[in-house]
Amino acid sequence: MDKIVNQKAWFLVLPVFLVVAFSAILPLMTVVNYSMQDTFGNNQFFWNGVGWFKELLDPTTDLGGRFLASLWRNLFFSAVILAIEVPLGIVVALSMPREGWTVAACLVILALPLLIPWNVVGTIWQIFGRPDIGLLGYALNSIGLHYNYVSNDLDAWATVIVMDVWHWTSLVALLCYAGLKSIPDAYYQAAQIDGASRWAVFTAIQLPKMNRVLLIAVLLRFMDSFMIYTEPFVVTGGGPGNSTTFVSIELVKIALGQFDLGKAAALSLVYNLIIIIVCWVFYTVMTNAGVERRPSKGVA
Amino acid sequence: MARIDLADLAHSYSGNAADPESFALKPISMTWRQGGAYALLGPSGCGKTTLLNLISGIVTPSRGKILFDGVDITPLSTQKRNIAQVFQFPVIYDTMTVGQNLAFPLKNRGVPKSEIDARVAEIARLLDLTPYLSRKATRLTADAKQKISLGRGLVRSNVAAILFDEPLTVIDPELKWQLRSKLKALHRALDLTMIYVTHDQTEALTFADTVVVMHDGRVVQSGTPAELFDKPAHTFVGYFIGSPGMNIVPAEVRGREARISGHTIALNRSYDRLPAGAKIEVGVRPEFVDVAPPAPGLLSANIERIDDLGRVRFARVRVGDAKFAARVPPGFSIPGELAGLIFDPSHVHIYADSRLIEGSA
Repeated sequence: MDKIVNQKAWFLVLPVFLVVAFSAILPLMTVVNYSMQDTFGNNQFFWNGVGWFKELLDPTTDLGGRFLASLWRNLFFSAVILAIEVPLGIVVALSMPREGWTVAACLVILALPLLIPWNVVGTIWQIFGRPDIGLLGYALNSIGLHYNYVSNDLDAWATVIVMDVWHWTSLVALLCYAGLKSIPDAYYQAAQIDGASRWAVFTAIQLPKMNRVLLIAVLLRFMDSFMIYTEPFVVTGGGPGNSTTFVSIELVKIALGQFDLGKAAALSLVYNLIIIIVCWVFYTVMTNAGVERRPSKGVA
Repeated sequence: MARIDLADLAHSYSGNAADPESFALKPISMTWRQGGAYALLGPSGCGKTTLLNLISGIVTPSRGKILFDGVDITPLSTQKRNIAQVFQFPVIYDTMTVGQNLAFPLKNRGVPKSEIDARVAEIARLLDLTPYLSRKATRLTADAKQKISLGRGLVRSNVAAILFDEPLTVIDPELKWQLRSKLKALHRALDLTMIYVTHDQTEALTFADTVVVMHDGRVVQSGTPAELFDKPAHTFVGYFIGSPGMNIVPAEVRGREARISGHTIALNRSYDRLPAGAKIEVGVRPEFVDVAPPAPGLLSANIERIDDLGRVRFARVRVGDAKFAARVPPGFSIPGELAGLIFDPSHVHIYADSRLIEGSA
């Protein structure tokens, strides 16, 4: 059968294409352009080829050292918050009520931290943790724990991690709760009849039924924490020293603090590439999760 | 393996204090004998699943007791009751293989590995699942999954009874027959008490030795398929079982005569002491009413349409306000709009307020 050829549809795509071009492609190309050049201000640019990229991946240079240090710091941060938020979110979801008015109450309370703007979350914790006037900081110090996130690396890390857990565990919990709610009652009844223990119910029914939402939760939390900027910037400003300077904070420092557009552009391209690769890996894992086994025909 | 007694068992989902009429299951007392094949038959919402869940312990009764072999097990949890249940939708543990699924109930009960393997192999053989034992239990067809659910019940050697909650709902029609005959064969081979909940009369009548018909939270009749057909104890049974259902029409009954729309038909028995003020109805199955050419002495009826069911034809007729279904004898051609009805007096039953009245000879 002959297909009807009608190219008019392109005109309908054109506006979107233009918008995407101006909002994404052109800025990205500008960044690619900057990444190959060096600037000394005054709108003067000098060709630098792949120089910045070489430096970026070489830990002995200033740029490479800073980038790789912040990258490992950031990956460590993501790993820690995932290790806390995912199990904690599952536990919260499991202990939530299944029916009655308490369900609505729990959902609202859990959703509250998610609705607070990042800046405000940062400010809340910055004040909360201050040793002089903050409830948390003051209380810790008055029971004899010396806590000061401005001067102590460990305290700064603890604050940033606890803040992220406070802010985002709800998301994992809500996703898991949705996964749990979709399990039909018959599964629990069958498990009762099969004499399954609480742990067996969790491993044989609840966890397998939650694995899709858990993958989404891990993806969202990983991406968000890998790109984290506002909250630690507001609380610690990346310090003390560089101890809580994550990749995006480093990027902003280079781009806007030092106005090294070339270095910053190269860094942001590599950063972007890492995120795209991680996304692709997650996407592949997720779409293949249920399909690797071949479907079988009737067993009669 | 056990005899199951229900003693004054009742359940209300809204709590014990509620009005007894609102109970999902009104008080019943009955005995399920060891090794019987029972069907619980009734329309949706009649309380049959509630009764099943009470026996398996998923629901705790508001009132009454359940006894297995005379021992009161009402307070025991499902795990301790030795009951197996197969649900409407197959329940499969999808991270496990078919074999692990079958072994799961035994593993949970701490049965030694060698014994588990032997049991699983035996049950897999009975259910024709042996070739699939090492395969993941996901992505099997619905009937295979339902067999695995059933297998998890059978694998425990000491189950008191197996309960089926409309297990064939999601199975393709041509496989339903196979699976149902498999169940019957298993029942004969294993001497297990089986209780089968369904709203499909064919399923109930072909599976069970004893069919328990439920209506509005009550057991209205329990008997063999033949008993339910020949002598429905309640107009609901007459109407629900049989296709088309029983004709039930208001009538005046005096002694050995019933008057329907001014016409008198003879009865086989005498009904002298009918409850005063009760609603009196005559019930007769379409199979025992024949259409004949109109004649004096026959109840005359208007023919509305003829349903040809292949082997038999049923005429839908109207007598006054009452509707009837009546058999059209083979080779009989319909003379016109009017017909006479011939009743078989030995199959005409009298109901007072929907309950069967036994006449005296």
